[in-house]
Amino acid sequence: MSTLIEVNNLSRQFGDHCAVDNVSFSLKKGEVLGFLGPNGAGKSTTMKMICGNLTPTVGEIKINGHDIIEQPKLAKAELGFLPEIPPIYPDLTVDEFLSYCAKLHGLRKDAIKKSVTRGKLKCGLTDMGSRLIANLSKGYQQRVGIAQAILHNPSVIILDEPTVGLDPIQILEIRELIRELGNEHSVILSTHILPEVQHSCSRVQIIHHGKLVLNESVEGLSRRMTSSSLMVRFREQPDEDVLQNLAEVTAIDELKQGQYRIHHNQGTSISEAVAKLAVTNNWGLLELTPEKHDMEQIFLSITQDSNNHE
Amino acid sequence: MNSLIIATREFRSLFLSPLAWTILGVTQLILAYMFLTQIDYYLAIQPKLVGIPGAPGVTDLVVAPLFGNAAVILLLITPLLTMRTISDERRNKTISLLFSAPISLTEIVLGKFLAIFTFLLIILLSIALMPLSLLTVGELDMGKFCSCLLAMTLLMASFNALGLYMSAIASQPTVAAVGSFGALLLLWIIDWAGSNSGNTSSVLEYISIMRHFENLLRGLVNSSDVSYFILFIAGFLILSIRRLDNDRLQK
Repeated sequence: MSTLIEVNNLSRQFGDHCAVDNVSFSLKKGEVLGFLGPNGAGKSTTMKMICGNLTPTVGEIKINGHDIIEQPKLAKAELGFLPEIPPIYPDLTVDEFLSYCAKLHGLRKDAIKKSVTRGKLKCGLTDMGSRLIANLSKGYQQRVGIAQAILHNPSVIILDEPTVGLDPIQILEIRELIRELGNEHSVILSTHILPEVQHSCSRVQIIHHGKLVLNESVEGLSRRMTSSSLMVRFREQPDEDVLQNLAEVTAIDELKQGQYRIHHNQGTSISEAVAKLAVTNNWGLLELTPEKHDMEQIFLSITQDSNNHE
Repeated sequence: MNSLIIATREFRSLFLSPLAWTILGVTQLILAYMFLTQIDYYLAIQPKLVGIPGAPGVTDLVVAPLFGNAAVILLLITPLLTMRTISDERRNKTISLLFSAPISLTEIVLGKFLAIFTFLLIILLSIALMPLSLLTVGELDMGKFCSCLLAMTLLMASFNALGLYMSAIASQPTVAAVGSFGALLLLWIIDWAGSNSGNTSSVLEYISIMRHFENLLRGLVNSSDVSYFILFIAGFLILSIRRLDNDRLQK
């Protein structure tokens, strides 16, 4: 499959502050990339650079083989961008605004009407065509922003926090839409809502302090999410040294009286060994649960790890 | 082509707010009143002029002053029209729509320029109707009249270009308006320095917009005056494009 976005050694400096630091990645057709990171990590800056709204200090960006700086018109024709704040004109109606966007992207006259209708249909705006954008609710304005980004059927769609301000039903619809878009386009999606990434993305990148700290497929991430600790509770006081001596065990935390969290290497299971030990030593096993890591924990551990490095 | 798309939207948006209608109404009202007083004055001195050979005609005494007054009013209203063009887009973050579309910065700036210019031409047209109404009762010096129209067109475009640049610099529309009004007024009167004592500076005289405008208004179409305006317009348009480019380079 063809590579649609190529980002090489991208850096962006704001004065002394380095917002994005040597980021490289590429995106193939049909991939949905989730861009995660705490506030101020450099997500929006990276997205703005990819869309040509900001010039990188160092590095190159290629959209479908066209350099965004050298051939901006060719590169931007392949792009649909929804910034953090949807770029909408409040004094236009939805139809007027969308056909203006279609014209800006160089669509032909006969194609404009079709693409506006299609865009409205995909974003659930069909009944809103003649409404003034200023009078729409925040959620609908957000939809207009999304419609604007997908209107001209671009090969790369970049959405900066697309589900902000939407109600739960709309969020589900938009997630479905993103997954659908992912079939024929490349999508980059930034968000801090972690379950959203699991639902709609095929790849995840975590950016922190301007650096890319994780670049993994969703399957790889789910592997990471398999258990690496065991929650156990005993009636009697167990011998911690015996537990510690089990293969694969890395650490033991005592949480409460008789309750322990046993950390072990990833990809192994020690439940059986612990159960056997408990039985032979008569510790009175009351509870044994392999703990699942969720996205949030991975996110926290990654961002906090790199905090400690500094 | 892309500029025309932007210009059309901009022009239509202008008429969605009451500002455009108010400006059209107010200028027309004030200039009509001034036109009437000029006519009145002309009728009063007409008997005295009859005896003088080569005396100024109605074009000199009514039409030229009318356009002179219109220029001063434009000095006040053009900043109000141009102030929002770029700074408002930047404030509302709608500028990123233009930045991420396949359009060059030149096309964006030209689009904005053309939209305001079209509006100014409508004002010019409605002003020009007043002298043209005199054709029903007499004759006009059409050469001088056309020269006046040329003067106004160039002046409007210059005001427009400078206002656009101020809007590109300023982060708030009002700041842009004050800035462009100040700059235009200064350029208007810059040759006043030393004019009373008689030792005027030729550089300041060349910079002053008024000097070049008055020559054209008198019917003196001079290539140096015309090129002054063209340089002025092109200069500020290029500066606006550079300034817009800076948005993406921001340090």
